[in-house]
This record gives sequence, C-alpha cells and structure tokens, in this order.
Amino acid sequence: MVKLKINGKSVDIDVDDSTPLLWVLREQLGLTGSKYSCGIGLCGACTVHINGEAVRSCIVPVSSLSASQDVVTIEGLSSDNSHLLQQAWAELDVPQCGYCQPGMIMSAAALLNSNPDPSDADIDANVTNICRCGTFNRVRHGIHLAVDINKRGRSS
Amino acid sequence: MKKERLNFSRRDFLIRTTTAGAGFSLGLYLPLTSCGVQTAEEQTLSEVAEVNAWVVIEPDDTVIIRIARSEMGQGTLTGLAQLVTEELECDWSKVTTEYATPGQSLARDRVWGSFSTGGSQGIRGSHQYVRKGGAVARHMLIEAAAEKWGVTMDECRVLNSVITHVPSGRSTTYGKVAALAAELIPPVHVGLKDPKDWKIIGKPVKRLDTINKLNGKQVFGADLMLPGMLNASIKACPVFGGKLKSFNDAKIRKLPGVRAVLAVDDNAVAVVADTWWQAKTALDVLPVTWSNGPNAKMSSASIAQMLDEGLSADDAFVGNKNGDVKKALQSAVKTVEASYGYPYQNHATMEPMNASARWTKERCEVWCPTQNGEAALEATAEAAGLPATQCEVYKIHLGGGFGRRGAFHDFVKQAVAIAKQMPGTWIKLLWTREEDMQHGHYHPITKAKLVGGLNERGDLVGLHMRISGQSILASVNPKWMQGGVDMFTFQCLLPEGDHAISYTVPNLLIEHAMRNPPVPPGFWRGVNVNQNTIYIESFLDELAHAAGKDPLEFRRKLMDKHPKSLAVLNAVAEKVGWGKAAPKGVHRGLAVCKAFASHVATCAEVSVDNKGKLKIHRIVAATDPGYAVNPQQIEAQVEGSFVFGLSALLYGECTIKDGAVEQKNFDSYPSMLISEMPKVEVIVMPSGGFWGGIGEPTIAVAAPAVLNAIFAATGKRIREFPLKHVDLRSA
Repeated sequence: MVKLKINGKSVDIDVDDSTPLLWVLREQLGLTGSKYSCGIGLCGACTVHINGEAVRSCIVPVSSLSASQDVVTIEGLSSDNSHLLQQAWAELDVPQCGYCQPGMIMSAAALLNSNPDPSDADIDANVTNICRCGTFNRVRHGIHLAVDINKRGRSS
Repeated sequence: MKKERLNFSRRDFLIRTTTAGAGFSLGLYLPLTSCGVQTAEEQTLSEVAEVNAWVVIEPDDTVIIRIARSEMGQGTLTGLAQLVTEELECDWSKVTTEYATPGQSLARDRVWGSFSTGGSQGIRGSHQYVRKGGAVARHMLIEAAAEKWGVTMDECRVLNSVITHVPSGRSTTYGKVAALAAELIPPVHVGLKDPKDWKIIGKPVKRLDTINKLNGKQVFGADLMLPGMLNASIKACPVFGGKLKSFNDAKIRKLPGVRAVLAVDDNAVAVVADTWWQAKTALDVLPVTWSNGPNAKMSSASIAQMLDEGLSADDAFVGNKNGDVKKALQSAVKTVEASYGYPYQNHATMEPMNASARWTKERCEVWCPTQNGEAALEATAEAAGLPATQCEVYKIHLGGGFGRRGAFHDFVKQAVAIAKQMPGTWIKLLWTREEDMQHGHYHPITKAKLVGGLNERGDLVGLHMRISGQSILASVNPKWMQGGVDMFTFQCLLPEGDHAISYTVPNLLIEHAMRNPPVPPGFWRGVNVNQNTIYIESFLDELAHAAGKDPLEFRRKLMDKHPKSLAVLNAVAEKVGWGKAAPKGVHRGLAVCKAFASHVATCAEVSVDNKGKLKIHRIVAATDPGYAVNPQQIEAQVEGSFVFGLSALLYGECTIKDGAVEQKNFDSYPSMLISEMPKVEVIVMPSGGFWGGIGEPTIAVAAPAVLNAIFAATGKRIREFPLKHVDLRSA
C-alpha cells in the first residue's frame, strides 16, 4: 500500500512498488490526462508536477514518492480551465491532435512556477516535450501570452 | 410534404465536441442496449430532431453537425462544420459536432460518403456534398416554418438560426421547427452559395475541439475505460514476415493481474491483464521463440544494393515524358549528374497504436482512433468472422495519424483476435512505443539519379530523372495501380493534375524502376512528394549553380506555364527579401511544388557555424489552396508541416538489421524540439476556383528549402539523409 497526495487529495493505492506513477494515475485513479507515449522519460507526454516541478511520471516508481509530496496532474491544474496557460492556449488554439498537450502545458506551468517571465532561451531549455503535429510556435507564443495575461490582470 | 419518420437513434452516435460554453462537456457514451452505460445526455434524446443525416437540432437551437472524416489534429472537424454552417445559416456559437459511425453508414446506404481521412482529402474531397447537406437542412427548416405559419417559403429569410417571415415580421428559431422539418421530404435540388457570399468559410474561427485538449478531458483510444475492460500488451515477431513459434507462459501465468497469455494470428503473442502495466511487464519477461523466416538476413545494405541496381536497370515505368531527353543531353554544352536517397521513416504518432474490442458470437464492437472508419469496420468484420452488419466501430479523436491509421488496421485486427479468445469482455490493446517503432508501415525508401543538360546560355535543355525504389501501392493497394505502374510514385512530377510538376522542361524523362524490399511501406504524411521534392528542388539548385545563375531566376524561366506555382514562389521571395542582403552569416534556399492540388513555396534562412552546427532561423512559406476554409488553421498546419518535414530531414530514419527495424523509441528516432523550431511566417493566398489540400503539401518544401540554404551557406550539397550523419562544416 502506498500513500500519495494527488491534486490535493490523499489516496491509498494498492499496487506493486515498481509501478510508475503514470500508470497509477491512469489505471488506479482514472486520471488519464497524463499520457503514455515513450515510456522512457523522453517525450514528456506524461509530465506532472511533484512539489511544483515538472517530472516525467512514466519513469518515477510509485515507491519513491511519499504522502508529503504534492503531485499535481493536468486535471488538477485548475478546476475551470482558468490557469493562465489554459487561457492562453484557448486564445491561440494551440493544440492540434492534443495528445502531447497535457504534458506540454504541465512543462510550461512548471517553468512559470519558477520563472514568471521566461525568455525564449528559458523556454527552449525547459520545454523539451515532443510534439509530432508541430505546435511549437504556438506553444512559445502561448507561454508569452500567459505572462501578458497575468501582467494585465495585475495592473487592472 | 411529410416523410416516414426515421427510426434512428442518436444513441449510436458517440463523441461530441463543443464550442466553449455551449453547455455540453465531452459526452462519451455507449449504446444503452449493448452495455448499460447511460449518461445524462441520453435523457434529452427524445427531444432532438435529425433534420437530415448531417444536421441534428435540439430545442435550445444547439446544432449538432455529423462528421464522417476523422480529426487527428489537422482541424478538419472544424473546417467541415464551417462548410455545413455556411449553407445551413445557423448560429456558429451553438454548433457542436459528432462522429457518424461506419455501421450506421452501412445501414444508411453510405449517406455520409467516404470516411477516409488521408491524402489531404478531408475537406477537398467532400466539400460539395457536405455543403449540400447544410443547404438541404436549411431548406427543410424554412419550409417547416412556412408551413406552420401558412405562408410561402420565398417570403421567409434566415439568419443565425432565426427564420423571419418578412411581410409579417414574425420569427421563430431552428430549434422550434426542427421536429417538424425532420418529417418533411428533403428537396432534391438545392443551390449552393456563390463563394463571394460566404460568411463563415474563409474566417479564422476557433477550433471546436480545443477546450478538452487543455484539461485532460479529451479521451483518446489509449485512455478508454469500458465496463469490465481488461488490458492487453502485444509483441509481434520483430523480423518482417516472421512467425510466432512458441512461448512458455509458466513463468508469468501467476503474476498479479495476468488473465491470459495468447497467440494472436500467426505472428504475435499477447498478455491480457487487469491493468496494462501488469500486461506489459509480464510480456517483457515472457520467453518467446520466433521463426524468423526468409527476411532474417535483410539489412539496410542489402536494400541499398537492390535500389542501386534499379538506378541503372534497363526497364522502368515512365511517369512523365516529352521531347527527346537522350538527344538533348548529348547536345548539351554542360551536363550535371547527381544521385540522392531517402530513408525509411516511421509515423511515430504520439499516441501509440491501440484499439478496444468486444466480441460475441452475434456481434463485434470496436473503439479506435482511425483515419478511415469504414476500413476499420471491414477489418473488424474480417477479424471477427462476422458480417459487417453485425459489427460496429466507434471513432475517437486520434493522437496523431500521419497516414498510419488509414490504410492499415493491423491493431484493430489484433484487438479483435484477442477479444475473440475472451468472448464478451472488452479488451483494450495498447502497443508499446517499441512495438510501434518496429511494426510500422514505413515511408517508402527510394533513390534517384538525375542528369540535367544546359545550353551555352545556361538554360535547362533536358532532364532525366530515374527513381529506383519502393512502391506503396504494390504493397498496400495493387488495385490502384495502372498496368503495373504506381503513378503515386511520381507525385509532384506528373505532367498534369493535383501533383503536376511545377516546371516546363523542353526534354524530360521521369521514370521509376520498382524495387520492393520486404519492409511494409505506407502512406506517410506527404507521401511521395517528400522525397521527390527533395530530389527535384535540390537538383534544380545544382543546375542553377552549374549555370552560374540565381536559383530564383533559374526556376522562374521554367515556370511561364505554371502561374500559380510561380505566384507562391514570388510571394516568398518578396517577403523574405530575396536579392537583398540577408543578416550576417545567414543564407537562403528556395523550394516550390504543387501537391494535393495546392501550390506551396518556401524560403529558408539558415546559418552553419564553424563547428558545423546548423541553425534554421526563419521560414517564409506561401500556400495557395484555392479556397481557404480557415486561415488560422492553415497557418497551424503549415507551421506543423515544418516540424514533420524537418524532423525527418534532421533525424528521421529507420534502418534495418537482421530483418528488423533497429530504432525502438524516441532515443534512436528523435523528433525536433521547440529549441530547434524556426520562426515561420505564413502567407495564405487563396486564388479561388479550386479546393487544395492543407495538411501535407508544405512538408515537401520544408527539407529542400533548408538543404538549398545549407548549400548556400557551406557549399555542401547533401544527398543522403538524415542530416545527423552529415558533417556540415564548410566544404
């Protein structure tokens, strides 16, 4: 039995210790927003936050986590699509097929957690998710737009 | 006039996307009769009216537009809804969509036409009858209102779902008359709007499927959960054509969650377990013996040898010919010769192949991401051993398609083959990335030898192009071949049509020596335009250089009779500032082509530093698709096309060793990242009068424009790919 804190809620999971967090989220908790694509921690489709930092959940054994760590998935980013990135993504119609986008958004959200106004170089260094449809330029634009929306909100 | 009310249940329709705030969340539900899943949505079923096959209207004026083609990111769902809305004259803010099912299509005499979503055909292959569907529904709705009021139709006007009787000023809405309209006989003849009167076609409206892609609610095939569902992981013989010999399940039978270890067809083994992770990890340790078969010694080298032989073989199919190329080359003042090659590519959709199936003796149902619902239904029926009328396929948005999920439903057949061994239970089969890499239907491999002749003025007087390599049709659909010739091989090199060559060359011969290695080929986004444009556009640059001419001027001279291709080329040249100095250290390259009926051109600006590191700074891309249904989605497709085309150029190759693909995941088959993405400036320049494709054409010009810019920067002409193997330091 493993105790976890997912999207603010404590959960007890009965699962083999070596099971990656991704598969606990998807198959034990029904949180399928985090995607399987490569399974080797490369593509980023499975990205979630652990204590605010972006983590590739497909290579994190659930046994390495404790109940004191905050795990946030795309489902927990906001309850009403109101996260700045969700607003910006909707404004720019960023997704194409959409399969990589939960991971893309979680990577970008973690970047904004640590760096509220990232440069293009910061984005290049921190958003390393694969998107085969090719949404990169709208992703970049979307991160900058989210920063702008935030600034507008604070100045009004 | 009234018709018999159709006994047609909307329960058979599955997935609905919505505009933001239209009141519905994603509805994913099953026929009540088949598994007892009921959602809140079903409670409103009795109140909705199917006006015709394309249009369903609810009392609150919500318009549900039925879509037969598949949404895989390319935006076709929104574009098709725009086409229907244009003629229907309904309120766009109340439009939602749902997929028609192939089983219903079969039962209703293919009322929605083809389900095939490939070849950039989604809109250009269906715009006529889809718009007509909207126009017919509009006519019936107005007729219903007129009948209710006892007036004539020609006294009524409609705007944004509101019908007004002009003389009296009375008005009603679509939602109020839809039930009555549904009982009328549809008109046989309805006119379509003149394009100059379009209000929503041509507008950059937002996609209808965005919101659920931002919060994890969009359900893909890999995410599907159905009552009592078990999960399967599969491994097929890695060697092409190899078979399953045996497996020893003693070691894994007792592992937690494992329910069954099964042979699938004659070449694969699957583990079925409570969770996919249990199935996958059990399969990882299952001892399996394969019978590798006749291809066990195949390698990239043996394939290359086969293709090299074809470059100079006597026999070849002719794709385009005029004049006397032999004579022209003999009398040329200068000739240039070069050989190119293009490797196998994997589609590598972000969502690996998957399908969910339930089989009983009476019925087989499948949920899957597919680019062709009808083909998925055929595959289901075949694997199930049941007539198609006793099968159904429920489509789900695809996590990428790129051609992998259209002509091939191997994953569907496997899911059904597993489900058939466990009757009555839903089985979700999900491939690993490794399985996906090794069991693709790959972009075909070809080589090309080109010889061009120049006269004393440096004009092109003759061009001979010999392609050697794999035919997609010979493997996938021999019925489409013409007398043994695969005309698809000549895409963008043909004398005329959707894939006509963009140049007039006085003496021309383009031919194909078909050489088919036993690696399964498939339609890969862009198809044969990808390599053919690299060959022809790189070689034209070589000829321009040999003639001492500017690559733009050299091309222009051959394009008098190709005004639309010339127009897109001129547009990028002007925007990029061709002929004016580029920023220091930055060099430019051009490419143009006609593909999928659209005209596209690109100019790339690159630099290569003294260590050979390439940076692609800026791309200017122009597209003339005839009619542009949604310009902002065209921009998205054009930008995305550079990621697909340049990922292949920079990194993409599948190599063969001992009969199997060597690459297994994104570590050995990388894809471009955001840090490598150039700025892209898109020019959408619809000239009207035709319907061209959007999702694929630009991929073709991405690579050659960059290659020509690399030549300008370094003096290096690259003829074998991907670039990751090439030292780009200046020659």
